[in-house]
Amino acid sequence: MPRTVLEPRFQVEYLSILDSEGHLDAALEPKLSPDELRALYRAMILGRRLDERMVRLQRQGRLGTFAPIKGQEASQLGSVSTLRPTDWMVPSFRETAAMVWRGWPIEKLLLFFAGYVEGGQPGEGQRDLPIAVPVATQLPHAVGLAYAAQYRGEDAVVMAYFGDGATSEGDCHEALNFAGVWHVPVVFVCQNNQWAISVPLKKQTHSKTIAQKALAYGMPGIQVDGNDVLAVYAAAREAVDRARAGEGPTLIECVTYRLGVHTTADDPTKYRAEEEVKMWEQKDPLTRFTAYMRQKSLLEDGLEQQVDEEIALAVERFEATPPPDPLTMFDHLYAELPPHLVAQREELARRLREGGAPEPDAPAPTPRATPMRGQRLTRR
Amino acid sequence: MAVMTYREALNQALREEMRRDPRVFVIGEEVGLYDGAYKVTQGLLKEFGAKRVVDTPICESGFTGVGIGAAMLGLRPVVEMMTFNFSLMAMDQIVNTAAKLHYMSGGQFSVPLVIRGPGGPAAQLAAQHSQSMETYYYHVPGLKVVRPTTPMDAKGLLKSAIRDDNPVIFIESETLYHLKGEVPDDPDFLIPLGQAIVRREGTDVTVVAYMGMMYRALEAAEELAKEGISVELVDPRTLRPMDTETIIGSVRKTHRVVVVEAGAGFAGMGSEIAAFITEQAFDDLDAPVERVTGANAPMPYARNLEKLKTPTTEKILAAVRRVCNANGS
Ligand SMILES: Cc1ncc(C[n+]2csc(CCOP(=O)(O)OP(=O)(O)O)c2C)c(N)n1
Ligand SMILES: [Mg+2]
Repeated sequence: MPRTVLEPRFQVEYLSILDSEGHLDAALEPKLSPDELRALYRAMILGRRLDERMVRLQRQGRLGTFAPIKGQEASQLGSVSTLRPTDWMVPSFRETAAMVWRGWPIEKLLLFFAGYVEGGQPGEGQRDLPIAVPVATQLPHAVGLAYAAQYRGEDAVVMAYFGDGATSEGDCHEALNFAGVWHVPVVFVCQNNQWAISVPLKKQTHSKTIAQKALAYGMPGIQVDGNDVLAVYAAAREAVDRARAGEGPTLIECVTYRLGVHTTADDPTKYRAEEEVKMWEQKDPLTRFTAYMRQKSLLEDGLEQQVDEEIALAVERFEATPPPDPLTMFDHLYAELPPHLVAQREELARRLREGGAPEPDAPAPTPRATPMRGQRLTRR
Repeated sequence: MAVMTYREALNQALREEMRRDPRVFVIGEEVGLYDGAYKVTQGLLKEFGAKRVVDTPICESGFTGVGIGAAMLGLRPVVEMMTFNFSLMAMDQIVNTAAKLHYMSGGQFSVPLVIRGPGGPAAQLAAQHSQSMETYYYHVPGLKVVRPTTPMDAKGLLKSAIRDDNPVIFIESETLYHLKGEVPDDPDFLIPLGQAIVRREGTDVTVVAYMGMMYRALEAAEELAKEGISVELVDPRTLRPMDTETIIGSVRKTHRVVVVEAGAGFAGMGSEIAAFITEQAFDDLDAPVERVTGANAPMPYARNLEKLKTPTTEKILAAVRRVCNANGS
């Protein structure tokens, strides 16, 4: 018996609409109104300026460690802008631009990266999950949200973000497999920014694309130019519409590049060549979108100053926030405070009343004398 | 009151809670068509349908994560682990998300999730299938951990766990599933989480034990009664939050304590109970707290070795006699 080729034969598409030279494939151009384009452009500029400002704040010691997004604005905004407020957005830890689009006030994000619990809370009724730091663990949550939405008879779509490195994690496989089997409305957006800290994509997977992994899960997968906001938008629009129509999940691979550091605790010059970064700077998502907007006469004067002022005001509000109350340490650990935490909370309150908590580097206090067996206060 | 098995009591708890609250659903491997690997979910698929009794691919981390996601959107999932040994695959989802989300979101998202299934030593299930998994979970702030010893507790505690707004680790036991006991029929019968119970009153020594160890301690107590030693038996039932008050109250009465645990000992439940008794009731003690624990080794497969690994009634007898200074009596 000869070997045969199984049907269907799979194929993976690559989508690019506005390339780095500014060439537009007008036949594929998504139908966005001038207002929609202006909003998208503004969000891209804001994403970039905020990112640069946050890096400076971190360098000045005014903000903690965070993961910058420079270079990934189109991947995030092209996709997130296809969601309705009633849909769900499930971020990883590098989705600042997408989160701002979803209505997270800038100062809240700053508070988050400065250690305030309120920074991690979505607004009332906002259908976003908080940032997830353990890589890929948010992906099963996205499937759970989609299942629950169906269970409750809602038509919400869930969009989940993750990186190229995350595709090696078991949770990524488990979530994609689940979504395929259950046919739930999840759009998986992988931002393939070529690096997972110092590990390049070719050491992460031997697959030619990440998009092709979708085929194994029985769902469509598409690779898009992740620096082309129009291509990302078009692919995401299609996937979201399909998901809402009950046609199941999609995996979108956005081919992009992390132009900056992995996190502010990282020095990428240690592991990647300057030429590579230069090469990707030529493909900057902002450059081509600016040219496109200019061509359409949609550029607004003074946009950058406007955006900078918005950021400056947010930084002011962030820095005017008083430090968190130490007694909130035990809040919300359980729905109700159990007795052992009541006791610990009282102990902390007493320490604070008696002259504040010890400095972190103060010498340990000498332990209380312990009664020895012979000195017991016993009954006998 | 009806007499039923521990397994039937759990099944009844699930059924009653699913009837009461449409947000409750069961998810896990083999829970539907197969009625559960240990038949705890028997008949639920038939009554509630595939939307509420959900068979999953084999992926503990995945379906625990799915449960967390669904809980965040207001459902009340009951996740079944085929055995708790496999929950290690889902450790990150349980420890880093389920336990922390309510805290990290300042109370905005709650995870009213129950993760249940059998755990602890059973009959010749060997190193990877016989572990006392509660040890791994009660250390984690944000989780509640329950180990029900009797059919009545199994029902009353599982119903409370399902109604609780926190993630609850609910570990049953293969060796108790067939055990029969009285169970109230009242669909509103609940046993609050965090309440210990005195299973047998006594005056000379407190023995703290749960699950299979409670039954061995009971045997020991009857034997000791013949020697004139009156044993008070305390079952914590919920390991976290722990009802330290009931245990301390008993210690203040008897002044002597033996803690029994099936697990591997080191940094186990016995250590924790011994520590808080020492902190809170040192002056009430007439003897050092004794622990009777399993050997600090993996569970052997061979039957004769397995018997030696877990605490026996003889070991409990010896420990009680030691703390009561009754050696050789
Ligand atoms: C489970 C887990 N393992 C390791 C880490 C440490 N870590 C943080 S980010 C990262 C790389 C992630 O790479 P990728 O998924 O490509 O996302 P990117 O950082 O490029 O956005 C690693 C290994 C983690 N946070 N969680
Ligand atoms: Mg990456």
